[in-house]
Amino acid sequence: MTTHTPIERAGGATATYVDQRVGSNKFLSRNLGKVFPDHWSFMLGEIALYSFIVVLLTGVFLTLWFKPSMAEAIYDGSYVPLKGIPMSEAYSSTLDISFDVRGGLLLRQMHHWGALIFIAAMAVHMFRVFFTGAFRKPREFNWLIGVVLTTLGLLAGFSGYSLPDDLLSGTGLQIARGIVQAIPIVGTWGAFLLFDGEFPGTEFIARLYGVHILLIPGIILALVTVHLMLVWTQKHTQFPGPGRTNQNVVGYPLMPIYMAKAGGFFFLVFGIIALVGGLVTINPIWIFGPFTPDQVSAGSQPDWYIGFLDGALRIMPNWETVIFGWTISWNILIPAVIMPGVLFTALGLYPFIESWVTGDKGEHNILDRPRNAPTRTAFGMMAISFYVLLWIGGANDIIAVAFDLTINSITLFLRAAIFIVPPIVFVVTRRIALGLQRRDREKLLHGYESGRVLRLPHGEFIEVHEPLSEKELAVITSKVDHEPLPAPDRADADGVRNKQYRAQSLRHRLSVFFYGPNVPKPSPEQIEDGQHHVAHSAELEAPLHDYEDEDELRRAHGGVLHHPGMAESNREQQEDLHSGQ
Amino acid sequence: MTDITPQGGQDKGQETAPAKLGYLPAVDVPHKPRATDTDPKAARRAERQVASMFLLSMLFVVLFVVAYVTIDPTVTVYIPVLGDVGASNVALGFTFGAAVFLIGAGAIQWAKKLMPDIEVVQQRHEMSSPRRDTAEAAANYERGKEESGFVRFKMIRRTLIGAMVLFPIPLVVVLRDLWTATPAEQGKSPADILSVTLWREGSRIVSDGTYAPVRPEDLPVGGLISGVPEDLQEVEEAQGNLNARTKAAIILVRMDPSEIRAQQGDGWDYQGILAYSKICTHVGCPIALYEQRTHHLLCPCHQSTFDLADEGNVVFGPAARRMPQLPIGVDEEGYLVALSDFQEPVGPSFWERG
Repeated sequence: MTTHTPIERAGGATATYVDQRVGSNKFLSRNLGKVFPDHWSFMLGEIALYSFIVVLLTGVFLTLWFKPSMAEAIYDGSYVPLKGIPMSEAYSSTLDISFDVRGGLLLRQMHHWGALIFIAAMAVHMFRVFFTGAFRKPREFNWLIGVVLTTLGLLAGFSGYSLPDDLLSGTGLQIARGIVQAIPIVGTWGAFLLFDGEFPGTEFIARLYGVHILLIPGIILALVTVHLMLVWTQKHTQFPGPGRTNQNVVGYPLMPIYMAKAGGFFFLVFGIIALVGGLVTINPIWIFGPFTPDQVSAGSQPDWYIGFLDGALRIMPNWETVIFGWTISWNILIPAVIMPGVLFTALGLYPFIESWVTGDKGEHNILDRPRNAPTRTAFGMMAISFYVLLWIGGANDIIAVAFDLTINSITLFLRAAIFIVPPIVFVVTRRIALGLQRRDREKLLHGYESGRVLRLPHGEFIEVHEPLSEKELAVITSKVDHEPLPAPDRADADGVRNKQYRAQSLRHRLSVFFYGPNVPKPSPEQIEDGQHHVAHSAELEAPLHDYEDEDELRRAHGGVLHHPGMAESNREQQEDLHSGQ
Repeated sequence: MTDITPQGGQDKGQETAPAKLGYLPAVDVPHKPRATDTDPKAARRAERQVASMFLLSMLFVVLFVVAYVTIDPTVTVYIPVLGDVGASNVALGFTFGAAVFLIGAGAIQWAKKLMPDIEVVQQRHEMSSPRRDTAEAAANYERGKEESGFVRFKMIRRTLIGAMVLFPIPLVVVLRDLWTATPAEQGKSPADILSVTLWREGSRIVSDGTYAPVRPEDLPVGGLISGVPEDLQEVEEAQGNLNARTKAAIILVRMDPSEIRAQQGDGWDYQGILAYSKICTHVGCPIALYEQRTHHLLCPCHQSTFDLADEGNVVFGPAARRMPQLPIGVDEEGYLVALSDFQEPVGPSFWERG
């Protein structure tokens, strides 16, 4: 029987008190020992979660000093260059936070850095989930929630960035106004409703404030909760490995391992954000000055996550049509409204599209290695290349200066590249994935190249192959060879026309496109043979090749003489040695 | 475990049953013991490491408070790589960051070195509910449907659907007054309002910032001045916002009259001085990057480029419309004035613009 300290006894009594009212021990009994698999990439989502918590926390502190008002104030704080200058309360209070509240700048910079890390972590986490196929059944909803969270993250970031009412953020809003105004039919009215009339008005920051500190974070918090509850009930996916199956989860228990590891990791993320917030300046709003709609500085850059939208706006050709006196600004509509709409919709629907194409209805708890889903991986890389090109577009002025190019040539290049590069990336990625599959097949059949080079008695040099470790074998053999969906028949056996022929045929072709390129995994017998063979031969030697003419062999090996009666293999040689010659 | 859980004591019968763990060690997973598993010295060393991290964390909290109290927030220090930075911010960020980081580092070191690293197994269960539960849910649904009479009472059903569709309408309708027209805006549509600016016949052009009226001789060939109408300050004072400025801001440039290839109206320049809107026709950024040799005006936001010698036409970039030109002349006292308002709406396009 274990003994307990008074504190533990008090804790136990509390647990019992609570349990009698909410039945919590039932939950604890199941979940304190809950097993989570371990992999570094599973920490990416954790970074997103923890940086969000840091952002919430620092945000609450900022609300204590920030005044979300566009009313005029004359600055009288300790930042000398702006003393006596008229500005909005919002800007003036942000300056106060930066210069007159001790620790205020730290909180502001932690808030900003935390937000950047939050969105970046979400993006990278999404890549991990995508490339490993973690979004497959039963986790489609969680993917969808993740896409919504990413979108909300962008909105949260942009709305926060716009609050201080400095010159840079105001210019961002001016652009946002222009985009809203470009929406057909409702755009002009929409912009007037948002800004209480013309831009900039006096209401927008107060309105945006509510959205930024309550509406968006509230929804994010609610969705994050659901996201985590789903991870909890569905149990985390795991990478293939020894002892890991689709029906189990191999890892470490929550209590105590993950309490320490994940809890500790929260403090690491928190600490790093604090260190960065303390050491690296971000968004020095005091340099930009107060917002005025008729000034802007060159080299204006939005936060990184808005860069792709800005880039799309920059590289779009200047198309605009006027029909019956109505203006349609394609030059704004396509890059800033349609493109992101299509992009995020496609992202959200991807799991459903893929499972329709492949006809895969099974539950997947073992992750795919990206190489084993070449088409998916290629799609992902294609999308990333598209995004990166837009991002480059968003920095075209900076790049032009840094590399001594003209903005025009960068823009023209990107206009073409946006259509040419992603397909190339698709093809190349798929080839690389298939190459890696081929290599895996080689390893299964012939072991891995040990780097140990042997010289055979007859002079030939060979590299010894060794059998795979248990772990690697489990990982490589986790590959599943999928069959594309069969081609549909135009009519059934009784000659009744197949009404869904066209849809089924499309699905068949897409499925062939998706699963078609594949390097099949060797059969279990072949694998066993291969590994056994490698193990056998790697012990000492590799057998001599079979040559048709032994004399030819002897002559061919120039300096090395191989006489009849000499050992034919390392093993023979070894045996000769041991037999006491 | 025993003296923590069963204090409630309702289920004494089960108390004797041994509590079991929800997982088993994963037997077929290869495992290598760590140094801390085999060497007690290494284990003690790890223990000391963890404890010293927690100790240091506490120390940094003390240092944070000291820094908060002693460092003047206006003092800057030079730190290599970082440059001139606020001493208070650096000190507070470093001490707080270190304090928090060390808690995390200690906890993780503890988990990695001293807690068991043997992987364990738990079984998964299919997500779908057992058939019996699904059948029960379906039966309950059927019973509810039957008892409520949702199918039988056609009138109730249809009116309920109607009511449910209509009830959010007020929540949308009240949004109409997100824009409340000022007295000057009464009876005008957004498009009407966007189409007029402060400029009218005889408005003097004053230099932005100093608000001094501009004479032609103030502007040399190749020069550029940001201008606003003389009554802008008054209007801004009265309106309490920057709306008028957003539309009325102009730039004045002067070039050799022979270099002007085209203008938006005959004689809209004054001796080679041209006035164009400063607000980009793409999405509304103010523009002031002017290259006097080519007479190109470049928007810093999205790089739309306009040729001011050629009636403000777009020569590059995403903007679809030329820069609107303001016709100008001089008044009796020799100051530059507008001859009328802009002849087309300034700023980004909008649906009703045509």
